[in-house]
Amino acid sequence: MTVQDISELLNARVLCCDDMLQHPVHTACGSDMMSDVLAFVKDQSVLLTGLCNPQVIRTAEMMDIVCIVFVRGKEPDEAMLELAQQRGIPLLSTKHRMFTACGLLYTHGLSGGAKN
Amino acid sequence: MSDTITLTYTVSNEDFTRAGEASSDVKSRLKQMNVDPAVIRKVSIAMYEGEINMVIHAEGGRITVEISPSEIIMTLADKGPGIADIDKAMQAGYSTAPDNVRSLGFGAGMGLPNMKKYTDEMQITTELGVGTTVVMKVYL
Repeated sequence: MTVQDISELLNARVLCCDDMLQHPVHTACGSDMMSDVLAFVKDQSVLLTGLCNPQVIRTAEMMDIVCIVFVRGKEPDEAMLELAQQRGIPLLSTKHRMFTACGLLYTHGLSGGAKN
Repeated sequence: MSDTITLTYTVSNEDFTRAGEASSDVKSRLKQMNVDPAVIRKVSIAMYEGEINMVIHAEGGRITVEISPSEIIMTLADKGPGIADIDKAMQAGYSTAPDNVRSLGFGAGMGLPNMKKYTDEMQITTELGVGTTVVMKVYL
């Protein structure tokens, strides 16, 4: 699956880094708690979250997460967009709620994939 | 490279949105030095959790990162309230963070457990009312 596939499956708007839409995504995690995200290393992962602050981008940066999807129609502010752009992390926004967004990706073959 | 490279950072608690800048800088420097990506990720996550802790609990502090051919040593020193019960603080899920921190995505009681998990050695020295120093090592 690619970032573009995710944007299409979730009917999501791509908010930055649209030059990275072909980047492969192998796993996913959904959480509003960044420390929970940081607890499990994943490979080529997308992060789905309802949290919308710069620490989401920082967390993704530290974890080498390849793409962030904001659920429930949340949209990042300019500072977050700039940070994500600098770090090369595409930001997507979908109107789906967390459960539905995760379910859609899971049924299309994306797994949790935590290694611990 | 045979010499030890030392980096120092002052962490401010004035703006939560800036927390993580030091960890981000270390991560990009390690990348430039062609350190193993798995090691970079361990160092980044451990230091980031520590940096967040300093902002949440201790009104900032000072971080020193020493990079030698054999290991990376991160020393995080603050003049915060100190940790009353280290054993409890090390338990996953135990948190003394205020509720407003949870709305920011932290304060789940995973900070110190995560720091220990991603490092090869971790030592905490703390004194109530004086401060806390956390030393973490990741072997290369």
